[in-house]
Amino acid sequence: MLSIYNGSLDVPKILKDWYEEEARSNYGAYIPFVGTVRSEDGIDGLSFDIYEPILETWFKNWQEKALQKGAIVKMAHSRGDVMLHESSYIAAVFSPKRRVALELIDEFVEDFKASAPIWKYDLKDGGRLYAKERSTAIKGSGLLAKGEK
Amino acid sequence: MIIVEFLGPIHKPDLELEISNLNELAKVLQEDAEVSEWLESCAVAVNNDLVCTLDTPLKNGDKVSLLPPVCGG
Repeated sequence: MLSIYNGSLDVPKILKDWYEEEARSNYGAYIPFVGTVRSEDGIDGLSFDIYEPILETWFKNWQEKALQKGAIVKMAHSRGDVMLHESSYIAAVFSPKRRVALELIDEFVEDFKASAPIWKYDLKDGGRLYAKERSTAIKGSGLLAKGEK
Repeated sequence: MIIVEFLGPIHKPDLELEISNLNELAKVLQEDAEVSEWLESCAVAVNNDLVCTLDTPLKNGDKVSLLPPVCGG
């Protein structure tokens, strides 16, 4: 399940909903990761652009990868502005045994950071500034800088 | 006609181009001052699938997306 919300995430509700959805699915482990906007560098919050068509493809590949291990992944992310101490990202893995879920949540969140088509902006002094220094070029970037000139 | 879209912080309207592969697109964009500086750090998707070669053929109606560096979460 991939859910995109406008603005900050309702963490208790999402965690509860996911728990209830799988309460009778016979998974022994439910491992959520909750990302919260921290106060640093004088920001008022963060803002996000998402490109859903490619995000959906990326997420579908992860669902298939999880399924091969008998697990499922769920993810929620914010679009637009999220202020300090609010949440913009929740991911979770459900699996029959804990080890698969512990490893998968690590791989999933790291690949999310490196590959998911989401762009982050700092909200600061009334502006919305692309967080270029904290962003990661997707694997294979630079293709169009090459070629015959 | 191929549609080229620029995602996230690039802030450039879509382009419609008569091209038949990504090599031709590379030539066009390398000469475009608004986007040339982004090319080194952008990934490329054709019809929402990331691609890794300039020889990727394009057909009428295809959509090419440029994805600058990402930072979700």
